[in-house]
Amino acid sequence: MKRALIIDDEPLARMVVREYLQGFEQIEVMQECSDGFEGLKAIQQHQPDLIFLDVQMPKINGFEMLELVDTPPAVIFTTAFDEYAIKAFEAHAVDYLLKPFNKDRFNKAIEKYLAQAPGAPSPKKTEEVLESSNSPAQHERIVVKTGTKVKIIPVQDVIYLAADDDYVSVYTAEGSYLKNKTMNFFEKALDPRYFVRVHRSYMIAIQQITRIDPYEKDAHLAILKSGAKIPVSKTGYVKLKQVLGI
Amino acid sequence: MAVSTSITPARLYSTFAVCGLAWTGLQTYIIHSFGFIWYIAFTDALVSSILLAAACWLINNNLRYYQPGKGSYINILIWCGALGAVCTFGCRWIIPLLTTGAAYTNFLIQSVYIRGFIYFLAIGWMAMISMIWYSQIDQKENEKRKSEAEKLARDAELYNLRQQLQPHFLFNSLNSINALIGFKPDEARRMIHQLSDFLRGTLKKDDQLQVPLTDELQHLNLYLDIEKVRFGHRLQTEISCDESSGAALLPSMLLQPIVENAIKFGLYDTTGDVVVSIRAEMDGSYLILMVQNPYDPQTSRPKQGTGFGLRGVQRRLYLLFARNDLMETHANDNIFTTIIKVPQLQV
Repeated sequence: MKRALIIDDEPLARMVVREYLQGFEQIEVMQECSDGFEGLKAIQQHQPDLIFLDVQMPKINGFEMLELVDTPPAVIFTTAFDEYAIKAFEAHAVDYLLKPFNKDRFNKAIEKYLAQAPGAPSPKKTEEVLESSNSPAQHERIVVKTGTKVKIIPVQDVIYLAADDDYVSVYTAEGSYLKNKTMNFFEKALDPRYFVRVHRSYMIAIQQITRIDPYEKDAHLAILKSGAKIPVSKTGYVKLKQVLGI
Repeated sequence: MAVSTSITPARLYSTFAVCGLAWTGLQTYIIHSFGFIWYIAFTDALVSSILLAAACWLINNNLRYYQPGKGSYINILIWCGALGAVCTFGCRWIIPLLTTGAAYTNFLIQSVYIRGFIYFLAIGWMAMISMIWYSQIDQKENEKRKSEAEKLARDAELYNLRQQLQPHFLFNSLNSINALIGFKPDEARRMIHQLSDFLRGTLKKDDQLQVPLTDELQHLNLYLDIEKVRFGHRLQTEISCDESSGAALLPSMLLQPIVENAIKFGLYDTTGDVVVSIRAEMDGSYLILMVQNPYDPQTSRPKQGTGFGLRGVQRRLYLLFARNDLMETHANDNIFTTIIKVPQLQV
């Protein structure tokens, strides 16, 4: 028996999935969720094998919700937006159903899931793909988990990012937040016109820079408005000069 | 164009400097060939070259900030003549202070006319080069502006086209109908009719037309009813409109994008129930429309608040009434308010 969740903010859209699932006795719907927060809670509670996920939802969208799940289950996206298809497959989605979809198309998606279910994609792999993906859409905000709460940080509020073991610390005026992603992920996710990776372990918002001082040989120090001093490597300095146009 | 891109100001200035040096050298040689010693020849050449360079710099600088119109080329000619005369007199009075000898002074006085003429020609050349150079820069900038304006217009047009089709709204509505067909066929049928009435209304609308507010609200209600089916109890609307404002005219489809924006904001920025209120009232010769929706100041991105949808409304109001003060937005206490004032031409 496979456990499933339906996460969609439109009740009728959830109903379609539930109705289409009636023929599949091996899949049991544990819960329906109307937004990403409920979805996160339900995933933690039920540890589902499969989720049906809408993209555009209140507060945090489907992709942002997935980012916050440590070991994501198999995902079938259901959305009216076809522009997310590539990103969805890069997120290792089992399938991508464009609303409105018919029963045949839905059955195909389920069969595809059942066929690959025994050797289901390891979560690790999903993460790797997520990180290597060069999604064309730049993130406008960063979603992090602090304890049980979800915090949404608009990218304008980000001062700098620092690598911290397997995590990245996101520094804002209010404090710092940990996100279980790598620097490479952020380098792709953030707009390169506003954020520069100045060091293997640091990325800064260029609007926050007040000064760049030389420091030891080949290295520099970027002084930010907040007073933070961020090391700038040789290659980072070249990148920085390019973005600043100096 | 290919040539102009390879010329940089720095290169241009160094070319002028080299020309100036060559000019000085040549003049030294010529004066020496009249039988004067090298010192005198060089002093003469140096002083007159410096004066010429100053005059050239002056005229170039003037033309940088002032491009003469077609009729005022004569002014440039007068300027060149005047600067030429000043240089000539400069030569006439400065060089004798640095040199001695009656023969040379005599030579200097005799050559005043030819010197003046050469000055005039050289300064005239400089003026011509400057004029061509700066007008070409101006032209390039104009072209850039023009292409930017065209791009903006194209983007807006594309956006409008897409907006008219509203694919996401359409597909999501069809998906809801798909769900209803299974267990509430009557409601499915009703929604199909609402959707077709709404789409027909949208296609029929003429942007230039002024319609009574009641008509616009009727059309809007079709849209709101569909959205309410999609989002269930989460979405509620409050519409208040008295008789006098109901008869007031407004450009058709002006309210639609504002309400769409309010719904989108309200539904995707909060997780609770969403009340979108639309209020209409008359204030003198203005129809005042106020649309309110809840929002979360913590997470909403200010950029979206004045997104293309609302910008389009503002632009339309500007094009129709030539005024930029007809729309305002406020955000406080978790409520986002959009107010538009529509001038009533005949009261």
